[in-house]
Amino acid sequence: MRRILRRREMVADDWIHFGEEAAIGAALIVPLAELRKDPERWWQWSGRLGVRITPIDRVEELAEELPRLDLVAVEFPNPSDGRGYSQGRLLRERLGFRGELRAVGAGVRQDQVFLLARCGFDALELAEGEDAQGACRALQRYDVAYQPGSPQTAIRRQRFFAPRG
Amino acid sequence: MYQYDQLDQAFVDQRVTEFRDQTRRYVAGQLSEDEFRPLRLRNGLYIQRHAPMLRIAIPYGLLASRQLAKLADIARRYDRGFGHFTTRQNLQLNWPKLTDVPDILAELATVQMHAIQTSGNCVRNVTADHLAGIAREEIDDPRPYCEIIRQWATLHPEFTYLPRKFKIAVTGSPQDRAASEVHDIGLHMARDAQGDIGFTVLVGGGLGRAPMIGQVIRDFLPLADLLSYLEAILRVYNRHGRRDNLNKARIKILVKALGIERFREQVEAEWQLGRASAARLPAEEVARVRGFFKPQPYVALEDFDASAGREPAFQAWYRYNTRPHRVSGYRAVFVSLKAHGQNPGDMSCEQMEAVAALAERVSFGLIRTTHNQNLLLADVRQSELYEVWLELARHQLAMPNIGTLTDMIACPGLDFCSLANAGTLGVAKQIQERFDDLDYLYDLGDIEIKMSGCMNACGHHHVGHIGILGVDKHGEEWYQITLGGSANGFTALGEVIGPSVPKTEVAATIERIVEAYRTLRAEGERFIDTFRRVGLAPFRESAYATHPAAA
Repeated sequence: MRRILRRREMVADDWIHFGEEAAIGAALIVPLAELRKDPERWWQWSGRLGVRITPIDRVEELAEELPRLDLVAVEFPNPSDGRGYSQGRLLRERLGFRGELRAVGAGVRQDQVFLLARCGFDALELAEGEDAQGACRALQRYDVAYQPGSPQTAIRRQRFFAPRG
Repeated sequence: MYQYDQLDQAFVDQRVTEFRDQTRRYVAGQLSEDEFRPLRLRNGLYIQRHAPMLRIAIPYGLLASRQLAKLADIARRYDRGFGHFTTRQNLQLNWPKLTDVPDILAELATVQMHAIQTSGNCVRNVTADHLAGIAREEIDDPRPYCEIIRQWATLHPEFTYLPRKFKIAVTGSPQDRAASEVHDIGLHMARDAQGDIGFTVLVGGGLGRAPMIGQVIRDFLPLADLLSYLEAILRVYNRHGRRDNLNKARIKILVKALGIERFREQVEAEWQLGRASAARLPAEEVARVRGFFKPQPYVALEDFDASAGREPAFQAWYRYNTRPHRVSGYRAVFVSLKAHGQNPGDMSCEQMEAVAALAERVSFGLIRTTHNQNLLLADVRQSELYEVWLELARHQLAMPNIGTLTDMIACPGLDFCSLANAGTLGVAKQIQERFDDLDYLYDLGDIEIKMSGCMNACGHHHVGHIGILGVDKHGEEWYQITLGGSANGFTALGEVIGPSVPKTEVAATIERIVEAYRTLRAEGERFIDTFRRVGLAPFRESAYATHPAAA
């Protein structure tokens, strides 16, 4: 059973990725391209539904569907591809997505998790073989930050704040 | 200058702990070289030709005496007793041991310094005019805003993995001394009709492989919107900048591909939508940071001609190496790191210590680094200039050549840098030797030579009046010469004069070029103005006149 880092704790993953064996009623993550190809089928899926996006997908185009989605998985193909950080913040801050925001892919390493959490990711599916304990520690490495950010880390003081609203 | 509060100090301390852990994992084999690279780069650490190179951040070029003394101490204990000041106002150490770097960073943190984001595809050190706060024509001191940008950009959660590096320069004077038009973002301080402070925002400038001059994206940005607007530009770039080709990944390529109008539309649209969630810049925070950059406690003094009646050597130094100050009775003093026989921008730890002590005595304990690779003592009483000259001369730091041909910019080149195609230091020496006659240099007047050892253009060759670019030709070092570049006010990119020349011919070719200028110039006309008037052709003719070997 896959384990993920969710809100600073390692837990068993209760979601299935498209292509993995999924029982009826399972919580399923389908790629956006797949959802677009066969919307009838996936919107009628018997369990909770999540979508997986790649760095080139425009999150704005998901705006209308977001209320029906329980999870958005954002793909980080490698640690240097930073597009997903913008996608994450847009999903949270502009599109108001309140479901699980999950970082997936080979780029989700312990040295990235702090930034991911600050951008609003509350679930981190670490790259294969990555040290989970190291990732837990990394989430709490900083207790100060300059920018506004999501409260998934140990930040207790920050310099700049987002406007209230 | 800015002083860290508990947040700043906690941040740099925690950053050191993080990098110590990353270095440990690399040494233990838990991180591969490819995995470690982006992490070490964001802490200023390159792996170079002979050894690692550590680039230490000097935010907007401002140093306290104790910080410069600490840099000397680090250079002595962890390196070979010298450092190299760069065009982006930072300091590079060329021989640290990789495993010592966490300790070096911990030492830096004790004096409120770091090496964060001096390399890697992230927002780099924010640079400024070296005469900030003392120039007579200044609109406002840019340094508080540089500091605010530094903090906002530091480990920014969204913008730490950009398509490519990102450089911001801020200038507070109408005359641009920060090369801001060849930065990814250039900010020119301005006032609106009500007299309120803000910025003219330029975007898409840059040197490197495809040099471009920044274009105005916004005529006036109110100060309160600074961070939200930067965030909008960075977000459009982070999402849409190219990541498929390293050579096309800078923001200038995106701006060029879209055109400035479309790029502006995208940024403005993003800004309108994003302002609600972008970092806020409250007036209290601006006031807090501005409070660190108040004018020094100057004494009321009269201006006088400190050079009158002194020996010619002092008079020459006074004329070339000091500049007027907005406060009467004071002048700004360049510490020349361009002594002939020395690598441009290099400084020994003894020299650093001497300047640190001198600044403590005569310039409020502050030193600035300039983008031309010199240092500056900004606030020296005119009555103390003679003593300052004697002390600088004692340490070979009083070469009276600021603004002349041998005050050249050079990157470290092939001798140190693993990216370089050709050496720069040997060529610099060749030029220094050929132009060692000060009277001849003074007769030539203002000429900027800028030299890079490769297309990455760390030496800003495109914007040198005379630019020199090292190229590799079948394993040999050759040099391409450009003329007419400029980065201060009327930014222009140099034009290639013709075929590149072999290493041994560089100084001789430059001599033929400046001789052509001496023949062509009108009374009192600077080199760059002559070039603009007559164009490339007459210079090309002279440059190759006696040089059949060039091919």
